[in-house]
Amino acid sequence: MAEIVLMRNFSHPDSHTLNAYRANGGYAAWDKAREMEPAAITEAVKKANLRGLGGAGFPTGMKWSFIPKTHTGPVYLVVNADEGEPGTFKDRYLLERDPHALIEGMLIAARAIRCTLGFVYIRGEYVQPWRRFSAAVQEAYDAGLLGRGFDVIVHRGAGAYICGEETGLLSSLEGKKGWPKIKPPFPAIKGAFGQPTIVNNVETLCCVPPIITRGAEWFAGLGTKTQGGTRMYSVSGRVKKPAVYEASVSITLRRLIETAGGVSGTGRLKAVVPGGGSAAILTADEIDVAMDVDGLKAAGSMIGSAGVVVMDESVSIPEALMVLARFYAHESCGQCTPCRESTGWIYKMVHRIVDGRGHKEDLDTILDVAKRGAGTTICAFYDGAVGPYISYIEKFRSEFEALIPHA
Amino acid sequence: MPKLTVNGKGVEVPAGTNLIEAARTVGVEVPHYCYHPGLSIAGQCRLCMVDIEKTPRPSIACNTVAADGMVVQTETERVRETRKSMMEFHLINHPLDCPVCDQAGECWLQIYYMKHGLYDPRMKDEKVHKPKAVPLGPHVILDAERCILCSRCVRFCDEITHTGELGIFERGDHSEIGLFPGRELDNKYSANVVDICPVGALTDRDFRFQVRVWYLDTAKSICPGCARGCNIEVHVNRRRPHHAEGRRVARLKPRFNAEVNKWWLCDAGRYGFGFVDAAERLLMPARRQGGTSTEATWDEAIAAVAGALRRLTPDQMGIIASPKMSNEDLFALRRLIDLCGVRHVAGQVPPRVPGDEDDFLIRADKNPNSRGAELLGLGGDARTVIEAAGRRRLKLLWIFGHDLLASALPEPDVLEALRVVDTVVFTGSNANWTSAHSHWVLPAAAWVEREGTYTSFEGRVQRFRQAIEPLGQSLAEWEIVTRILAPLGEAPSATRAEHWFRQLAASVPAFAGLSYQLIGDSGRPLAEAART
Repeated sequence: MAEIVLMRNFSHPDSHTLNAYRANGGYAAWDKAREMEPAAITEAVKKANLRGLGGAGFPTGMKWSFIPKTHTGPVYLVVNADEGEPGTFKDRYLLERDPHALIEGMLIAARAIRCTLGFVYIRGEYVQPWRRFSAAVQEAYDAGLLGRGFDVIVHRGAGAYICGEETGLLSSLEGKKGWPKIKPPFPAIKGAFGQPTIVNNVETLCCVPPIITRGAEWFAGLGTKTQGGTRMYSVSGRVKKPAVYEASVSITLRRLIETAGGVSGTGRLKAVVPGGGSAAILTADEIDVAMDVDGLKAAGSMIGSAGVVVMDESVSIPEALMVLARFYAHESCGQCTPCRESTGWIYKMVHRIVDGRGHKEDLDTILDVAKRGAGTTICAFYDGAVGPYISYIEKFRSEFEALIPHA
Repeated sequence: MPKLTVNGKGVEVPAGTNLIEAARTVGVEVPHYCYHPGLSIAGQCRLCMVDIEKTPRPSIACNTVAADGMVVQTETERVRETRKSMMEFHLINHPLDCPVCDQAGECWLQIYYMKHGLYDPRMKDEKVHKPKAVPLGPHVILDAERCILCSRCVRFCDEITHTGELGIFERGDHSEIGLFPGRELDNKYSANVVDICPVGALTDRDFRFQVRVWYLDTAKSICPGCARGCNIEVHVNRRRPHHAEGRRVARLKPRFNAEVNKWWLCDAGRYGFGFVDAAERLLMPARRQGGTSTEATWDEAIAAVAGALRRLTPDQMGIIASPKMSNEDLFALRRLIDLCGVRHVAGQVPPRVPGDEDDFLIRADKNPNSRGAELLGLGGDARTVIEAAGRRRLKLLWIFGHDLLASALPEPDVLEALRVVDTVVFTGSNANWTSAHSHWVLPAAAWVEREGTYTSFEGRVQRFRQAIEPLGQSLAEWEIVTRILAPLGEAPSATRAEHWFRQLAASVPAFAGLSYQLIGDSGRPLAEAART
């Protein structure tokens, strides 16, 4: 097992307090970064090969460099703590157990992008993470870490998956309905309240302090050629020890399942969702894959938020798809026609199939509808839904057909 | 100015033009629902997909700004398939109730399905059900099941009226347009949302179920409701007279004019046509003697009025023209006034309640041609004429359209004037208290029953066309005046409004150089010196 970076403080009692954080070397990175040129910070993050850990895997340093150099008004840093991807529960641990790591990461990132105000958008259902993080912000203010050139506003979401999409989050933060914004313009040019904005995931920013203290080369060396560091995998479903596990981004899925105690239930693996609900499903034969952004992309899936859901042979794939399809129908924001209409339609078809009332053409209709809608919408929500629709049916078609009368 | 090609045709457009508008300039229609040139870009309907060279996937044309060297294709196989898919998505939950939908015939779901859809329906499941026949305000009613959630109406209320009554509530395929709690869609421009709704979701409470739209005829016109001169279309039902209880004017719709009203029309103007088919219309010339009114022929009426005009001295005659009359009417009347030397002349009657005004389209002056009346010297205050009548100096008082008894003029003064003048003549389209006190009533055609021009408060001369025949024996005011001019020695040279306009242009400098042809559909400003 690789070095523990992100979860290094979790085992300490009172790890969420400033004292405990400082006792373990906390805010040393900020002490160092505040003496660095902003461009040098961004350069270090680029060299570290840090890629966004919220889902899209975009290179973080490159994102920071998109802030227009000539902009004279405010620049905002927004932390996406609206963790909602099915099967993902890593950010809540960071917020609960190491909130100062996020504050320190924000301070450093804010210096890099010359920002004086940060927002932290926390999922509404995350009550304890919100309490812990808010208390940490108060401690940071009291200690003079915040409030001297950088302020933090904590904002709670109201319970919509789409508000985790970065521009949906910005709309919601602005007090509007959480509809993703049409791009261009991208947030780095015109984001929150019309100003250049960087939106980063909690875990991503928590990687920044170690990069500053221990160096970009060290961080890059923990991962693969195209992605540095470790990350936190939320492993759930039919495994013996479901939990969050930190490992290198280069770990294989097979090794990760072994780390989580192996397959439970029947003990025989049927399928794995490797990167949250929106990732294409992998069969038992496809788990020798590296869990970095590019490794899973090559395997036709995605690492996404690294939410790993393990299914043993007793799991019904059509039922699993029905659960997901219901989720997407429920959470589609309704803005773009293809997503709004077909998520509901596909759920009805899958539900009917599971109910034993499927028509023999339903499966082809679902595949056709999903493929037709893919890539036609404002945000990535629908493409995220299409991944499961297509992969579950194409990889486990006989299971679906078995439920359809006269198929 | 970026140069690009659309379907192989070269086009140069102003910087910032999107691909829907760029394509339009070369006659290529990119189908769309949510895009509206008067509103912000929403990018929601996803119908306006086009292929752009070196772009991996079709892009939405509404949010793509034309760039130099761009090669755009709107009819590739991929684009057509995408459009077909979007049509299917738009329609899977639509109730397909065209036979009972008021939008049928002018519905963009119907139009685009026939042009771009034509797929075999695959939806077998129960559709999503939503509220139906929900009144949103005095003029607009919602069928949420027919709504395609393009958000045009929401953006209109946010961006144009800044009243924000509407929102989209719920999520996914349960999303629906609705009012914010405690609100009503009652802003002064509310019915514009019906115009911009591309489907049958928002319909007009006044118009719906009156007549099928394919029975309507259209005439280009100008709203007579205030001095703005909003360009409109008059939609009339001549082909199904047994529908709508004989109502001929079915509805007014705004007509785009970049210089005047863009795409919009206020509700007051839109629903201000009720007088045209009202029971109070004056249909026949009439004379009133000893409290009883009897029908007369035009010959009798004209002989009576012309006789009085010939007999009386200039100081004994008074005329109150109206800024609701067209330039042609007023110019003909001016000719008569000059010929007879009529000394007591006015045009403005102060309203009892000052008109409302806003910073958008609505003007306090509720007359369409005050500027034209001023330019022809017929803009004076009627008070002076009423006072002259009260002093028993007038033997003839000819009033055009005004109800003096419903104005800010002191009622005793008006009643006294009407009592003491020997011959009170009323010319107008509808009966009112003043017409009831007149000795002669000469029925005038309503503005939709004739043609003419108005001059807006900004000095824009605009034409309105005839949409229907004059009711009864009513005539345009210019024609009434022309007929009276004949026995006074002025040969009737004008047989059309345009003839009077030619003479107007030839003799009044403000109108110099203007003609019906030049004015065209979108109007022309007055000569430079006359613009204020």
